[in-house]
Amino acid sequence: MSQLPKIERARSRFRNPLGKYKIYRGKECQHCGLCAQLCPQGVHQQLGKRMLAPDDELCWGPSCREYEFCCLNRCPQGALSLSVNPSLAALKDYRWTPDLLIATWQQAETGTLPYTDVEYRVGESGGGFDRLRFRFPPAMTVGQISDEEEVPISLLLNRRKDGRPQVEIALPFYGGGMSFGSVSLTTMLCRAKAAQAWDTFTCTGEGGYPEELRQYDHHMITQVATGLFGVREETIKRVRIVEFKYAQGAKPGLGGHLLGDKVTPAVALMREAVAGSSLFSPFPFHSVYSVEDHKKHVDWIKEVNPHCLVAVKVSTPTDVDMVAVGIYYAGAHIIHLDGSYGGTGAAPDIAKKNIAMPIEYAIPKVHRFLKEEGIRDQITLMVSGGIRTAYDIAKAIALGADGAVIGTADLVALECIRCRNCESGRGCPRGIATTDPELSRLLDKGWGAQRIINLYAAWRKQLIAILKILGLKNIRELVGRTDLLYHLDYAQENIVEDDLRPIIKENNRRNN
Amino acid sequence: MPRKYFLHPKPTPGRFISPRPFGIIEGAGCLHCFNCVKKNCPYEVFKKRKFNERNLGDTADSLCRNCFRCVQSCYGRILLKTANPEYWLQGDEYWTPEIIASNRAQAETGRIPVSGGGYNGPFAGPHFDSMWTDMSEIVRPTRDGIHGREYISTAVDLGKNPGPFIFPEGQANLQNLLKELPPRVEISLPLIGDLLPLQAYRLPQLAALGQVAQEVNTLMIVRAEEIEGKLEQFTPWLIPFLPALGKDHYQLLSKVRLVQVPYLDRQQAMNIVKDLKKINPQILVIIRIPLSGQTEDIVLDLVDLGGEIIHLLADEQGKVPGSPPQLFLKDMIRKIHLRLVKEKCRDQVTLIFGGGIALAEHLAKAIICGADLVSIDLPLLLAMECRLCRGCLKGRSCPVEIENADPAWARQRVVNLLAAWHGQILEVLGAMGIRDVRRLRGESGRAIFLAEIEQETFGQIFGPVSKVPEENYVSATQN
Repeated sequence: MSQLPKIERARSRFRNPLGKYKIYRGKECQHCGLCAQLCPQGVHQQLGKRMLAPDDELCWGPSCREYEFCCLNRCPQGALSLSVNPSLAALKDYRWTPDLLIATWQQAETGTLPYTDVEYRVGESGGGFDRLRFRFPPAMTVGQISDEEEVPISLLLNRRKDGRPQVEIALPFYGGGMSFGSVSLTTMLCRAKAAQAWDTFTCTGEGGYPEELRQYDHHMITQVATGLFGVREETIKRVRIVEFKYAQGAKPGLGGHLLGDKVTPAVALMREAVAGSSLFSPFPFHSVYSVEDHKKHVDWIKEVNPHCLVAVKVSTPTDVDMVAVGIYYAGAHIIHLDGSYGGTGAAPDIAKKNIAMPIEYAIPKVHRFLKEEGIRDQITLMVSGGIRTAYDIAKAIALGADGAVIGTADLVALECIRCRNCESGRGCPRGIATTDPELSRLLDKGWGAQRIINLYAAWRKQLIAILKILGLKNIRELVGRTDLLYHLDYAQENIVEDDLRPIIKENNRRNN
Repeated sequence: MPRKYFLHPKPTPGRFISPRPFGIIEGAGCLHCFNCVKKNCPYEVFKKRKFNERNLGDTADSLCRNCFRCVQSCYGRILLKTANPEYWLQGDEYWTPEIIASNRAQAETGRIPVSGGGYNGPFAGPHFDSMWTDMSEIVRPTRDGIHGREYISTAVDLGKNPGPFIFPEGQANLQNLLKELPPRVEISLPLIGDLLPLQAYRLPQLAALGQVAQEVNTLMIVRAEEIEGKLEQFTPWLIPFLPALGKDHYQLLSKVRLVQVPYLDRQQAMNIVKDLKKINPQILVIIRIPLSGQTEDIVLDLVDLGGEIIHLLADEQGKVPGSPPQLFLKDMIRKIHLRLVKEKCRDQVTLIFGGGIALAEHLAKAIICGADLVSIDLPLLLAMECRLCRGCLKGRSCPVEIENADPAWARQRVVNLLAAWHGQILEVLGAMGIRDVRRLRGESGRAIFLAEIEQETFGQIFGPVSKVPEENYVSATQN
């Protein structure tokens, strides 16, 4: 990429951003203003003679105690105290821990690693990516990686050599499908604008192709899903990639769900449905009963748009490897596997938790099978379903994927808090996954796009740093390199903590 | 063909405010500004809140949906959220607060729990959490997708399978092929109600449960002496549990289709079956056995002796006592099922499993492992708002006054729960492309077991497991 998008600080939309720590100012405070002078993070501010409520989301936490400027140590009255933010206890989530949410918000704010002490690499699900670590060299030091040359992390999406365009994306990931209806138009625009800035893609989902997205056609994937909502020849002709959605990881074997409350007149018009009535997409495609039928599907799209690539999104059943081979032989360019813990606007809880396998198992299974079949080099394997961090992307690639598809993380960049109320009523109370006109106004397109651009910038830095430490010259060299991974349940050796923070910090220092 | 629409859920609010997982805390230092965030709550929680004098729970918490808008907007930063201990102290490590709350919500709405956002729980866990059910990516010939779901059958049979025709060699006369069909009972759901646990003996709402059994065409196991008063009219849908056979049971035995007896030993079991059949030749006898390390052999022996239906029970938490290494219900179902398959006698017996069936997903998974149907007990009480405080075992009064609940209310709540479970079984069957729950039995090839998939993927990459995060994370399914 010749010109990287501009990183600009995009602060939280809310007056009180959530941080990991909470600082309490006791009654003893004499408003002397010493803490405001000391704190390099700007936690404390004085207005006239009064101290304001601390901006504790900026606080480093207990690790600050080592420094001479620590407000807790220096307060002459001993009026300040620190604790972990009690509100975090209300964000109970094993996969997106409060730490990961805060880390993602901070990356979306600054375009670099989090500025406070939070775990930005893994969650606490106790399996899969959260138990995998990179085998970083033991003597990993800052000096070892230079910032001189960039390591290429772009990804070629058409590997079939079938005369269709050699579409390449600058980052090894693109945005997953989110329909108009499940999310607001503003959210779609934020994602599209960020995809354009980073020369990658985002996907319309199955709810139609709003006119407002036309200026981003070059960076849109349009989806043909079982409901065929809003699918027209002209929308298929517009884009460079068309995606068939056979199934979705969060609700494998079930069709899309859009509950009645969210079917506003605008959504209904786009989907040619009746406002207020729930839209359950059928499952599966009733025109596909075999791999041959599937090929007919792919041929149809290829005929309608002779210049597009075809992606096929499937879930992860036991025979996912066979399914992948079938997708290849039908002529698709991209296999998109969506693991069982993927995101959704609405799905039955029983499906989210229990149906189909997590993506971490499906990747090596499919990668190996395609290799044995001798076709691994001719197809692009994109994976999704619980990819939350740059580390997850790198781990997925090391397990055998070519790239990743991002959904929930985009929304977290827009300050999704994972309250999981997207499905009903007016939808997202934070204005992201909603079509309610009033709630949608909570989100500004420019701000949202910048947040996603920033998050991708932070991820890009981390991916490049990971590759450099591992001594790889191109992200392509990482594909299937399971020898570079540990699994904590299997590891015999001691593990070097694979923390990039000191390295990236040092690089940034040198660059500035 | 069983009836298609046999469950009629209807929203039935609880009598008490359910504890919510998270609470709102308001600190001191309100600025009394004009920008109060309480006015802007997207759910109008602060407008709707009212003080309930019967239940001291603050109703603001029960309405809050945890969006954090108020916490993040308050000028004085005085609002905080936190975990609500009243919620998180419910139940135990197996019957988690989430399970209790989920069943209670299903009993209230009668609907499948649906939510937004991806799964937020742990990657895997012990027992039923170490397996996933399969789905079918492309249509299989049997499936018809979400349309025609009402044609997916959840009916199962209790009793002996008539077995295949056996053609006598060299005989033209096929009249001998006709044989008397063994007695069988078909029910509409692959689950029956078990003896109510805790101190729910002679619970006034038992008649409501009997009515539910009749209404949805399933069965309810009750103690023989509990069949009296209002419950008596539902006798054909009850299975009396008889610890010992007495003369006073004769009349009852002529009215029921099934009866349950405990297993003491081989001889006793055979004698009592013989005695019962003498009293009522059409009666089906269920032998109840607590699962243990030796159950596999006992089951095989009973099948050899002609046992028709066997009801096997793990403890309340799905554990099988006396089975080193610790086995769970799921592992025992697989073991026993596969053993009978190997001995070519699986279809001669109906296997009911119970103990630790807490959610609809457990039901589906138990059947995949090899159960014909399951029994449930605690979820029936959870539907009636039981909080699983177990205070009744210590002689304390019930915090939700379960004994005072209106039987009509209790009936609807249980119907709602069953409707929600039924809907969820349809989701699983639909996703797999299976149209009859009988065909789900033992379909373990259409399931993904943690131990097996770990071995198949990470095991091949990273070598043998040297440590596992939890004792039972990788269960002993290989045995």
